[in-house]
Amino acid sequence: MLKTLTLGVTLALGLSAGAVTAATVEGEITDFNFSFEGPFGSYDRAQLQRGLQIYTEICAACHGLKFVAFRTLEDEGGPALPEEQMRAYAANFEVWDPSLLDGEGDFRPATPADRFPASQLREAPDLSLMAKARKGFEGPYGTGISQLVNGMGGAEYIASLMTGFVEAPACAPEDFPGYYNHTFTVGGFPEECKDEHGHHTVPGSWIAMNPPLYGDDVSFADGAPSTLEAEAQDVAAFLMWAAEPHLNARKQAGLTGVLFLGLLTVLLYLTNKRIWAPVKHPKKA
Amino acid sequence: MSGIPHDHYEPKSRGTKWVESRLPVISLLYGTLMIPTPKNLNWMWIWGIVLTFTLALQIVTGVVLVMHYTPHVDMAFASIEHIMRDVNGGHMIRYIHMNGASLFFFAVYMHIFRGLYYGSYKAPREITWIVGMLIYLLMMATGFMGYVLPWGQMSFHGTAVITGLFGAVPFVGEALQTWLLGASAVGQPALNRFFSLHYLLPFIIAGLVIVHIWAFHSTGNNNPTGVEVRRTSKADAEKDTLPFWPYFVIKDLFALILILVVFMAIVGFMPNFLGHPDNYIMANPLVTPAHIVPEWYFLPFYAILRAFTADVWVVMFVNWISFGIVDAKFFGVLAMFGAIVVIALAPWLDTSSVRSGRFRPMFKWWFALLVVDFIVLMWVGSMPAEGIYPYIALIGATYWFGYFLVILPLLGVIEKPLAAPATIEDDFNAHYGDAAKGGKAAATPAE
Repeated sequence: MLKTLTLGVTLALGLSAGAVTAATVEGEITDFNFSFEGPFGSYDRAQLQRGLQIYTEICAACHGLKFVAFRTLEDEGGPALPEEQMRAYAANFEVWDPSLLDGEGDFRPATPADRFPASQLREAPDLSLMAKARKGFEGPYGTGISQLVNGMGGAEYIASLMTGFVEAPACAPEDFPGYYNHTFTVGGFPEECKDEHGHHTVPGSWIAMNPPLYGDDVSFADGAPSTLEAEAQDVAAFLMWAAEPHLNARKQAGLTGVLFLGLLTVLLYLTNKRIWAPVKHPKKA
Repeated sequence: MSGIPHDHYEPKSRGTKWVESRLPVISLLYGTLMIPTPKNLNWMWIWGIVLTFTLALQIVTGVVLVMHYTPHVDMAFASIEHIMRDVNGGHMIRYIHMNGASLFFFAVYMHIFRGLYYGSYKAPREITWIVGMLIYLLMMATGFMGYVLPWGQMSFHGTAVITGLFGAVPFVGEALQTWLLGASAVGQPALNRFFSLHYLLPFIIAGLVIVHIWAFHSTGNNNPTGVEVRRTSKADAEKDTLPFWPYFVIKDLFALILILVVFMAIVGFMPNFLGHPDNYIMANPLVTPAHIVPEWYFLPFYAILRAFTADVWVVMFVNWISFGIVDAKFFGVLAMFGAIVVIALAPWLDTSSVRSGRFRPMFKWWFALLVVDFIVLMWVGSMPAEGIYPYIALIGATYWFGYFLVILPLLGVIEKPLAAPATIEDDFNAHYGDAAKGGKAAATPAE
């Protein structure tokens, strides 16, 4: 009975965590394969550098990364730019320094200690934590098992959003504001595309942002393909790093912890067995 | 300290005699560590140690987190990011603390259901049980207030919903809510006081844990048979018990470390699985998340809260008989707190003279259904309150109260319990076949 209880509670834990994520409005999320998924996954340095390039050339026009410090671009387990390159990169940005001009404040080139600027457009959300603030592919069948194995999958959401600008459904009026995106769930939605109960008949909603990527938007120094799908995954991977910069270190700590605690478990099991042996199996007198 | 006859500490050296005559701290530690413990305890008796460890873990990681956290509405969210990005090992400490709360509640639910199955709440252990329930209530308050501190979207809007519950109290509700929040809405005063209390309550919990341990060290542990340790003589007691050290310390440590392997895997590989993505968005009073859900460990009681809507006849009846004072919202709040109160009242609601569920053939099934009910309520609490879910929640909530208020009192009257073994020694020997002393395994052959 108590075994059933243990199993049941464990199951409920998994189920409810998966179920919590069930949203009323459906968005299409593709199950992309990222290098950092699963217990042993880690960031692909070249991919993060390509993502940084896309972020710099395209996203940064409107969006910010206010929690990410330039110095972290040099960190192991991240894009790991060489120091001079990181310093040169930071100097491209201007930051507001209130201490300049005798306390009046002025702009100056950013240093490694500074953080990326905040969003330029008020409507554009900051992207520092976007990959953790959204959930990804919840399959199979909405059970959330993929999230249990691969992580919450915010990067899948971002890549799906980038590739999710598809032709607007026929039910929508021509002049409906924004761009139809089958992944984005919290945007405007025309009344014409709802059924009599108010349920949406098509996935996603209308987003104010222009489609930012079309494919061949950037040319990568490493010669990697710049198709829309490839670019979307690169920038999503970079934003995952921006949201969780210590992922590699965390997984390594987790693995070390599991291995050493596992070893300790075996030792304690044997100790326990030996201590109890005379009590449980007393020698025949 | 214990009523079970056993050896007491006698100081031998000059140094220990000197200390003992001034402060009997060595004998206190000796008595606590060497307490006679029923030797037939099974693996469900390990959760107490897991809980004690988790409390210490939460306090230690929490104290470190406070060194880097800023309780200000404009800076709290950024200070968490500071911990996650800039503080050495900060991401691990924070993830351990975050998931430590889940481990804490998982263990406490196992511990509580263990007590419910083996009748650990029955005389003479009622005070242990009540103190335990107080600890659980404080844990819920602490867990809730801790979830507010990162000042994410779910923190903010969850606080609005939960403190709104107090607003449902008739006449004084609004004043009570304002008093709790320190303002008419969730804001800086609420964040400050929740921070203060989140730091304070764990130490009150620690104090109550000492009382909890003191209480059951006085009565002695319950055990899977529910049969008491013989206290007629030290020799008899020693046949039923073993000292806590080393037998149970090592056993509990083994179980604890095994659980920590799983815990470490969660922290290392999927630290956000039990959380909600919305809490990585900074609190914004103007944007309400589409779907506000509490943490998983509150879900069963959240389901009970939402189960009693205005169209349920009990709610309509209570509303009518109370001249409209108790509306559906207040009824839900009463039901939620009532669902916890009935657990605390179990010692007086259970009329059976048999302690352990092992010897109660009917009780077993009702108890199994209660476990299923708890899991169903947890699941339904995570679903939106529409379609079939409110009905499932209502059935689940009804069974919860039915179990404690109807089934437990009735079973004691109508159930015919099985015969329990005469002593713990008999039970133990039946499992392990004590050849030397002519146990079951040795007694059956030959003649």
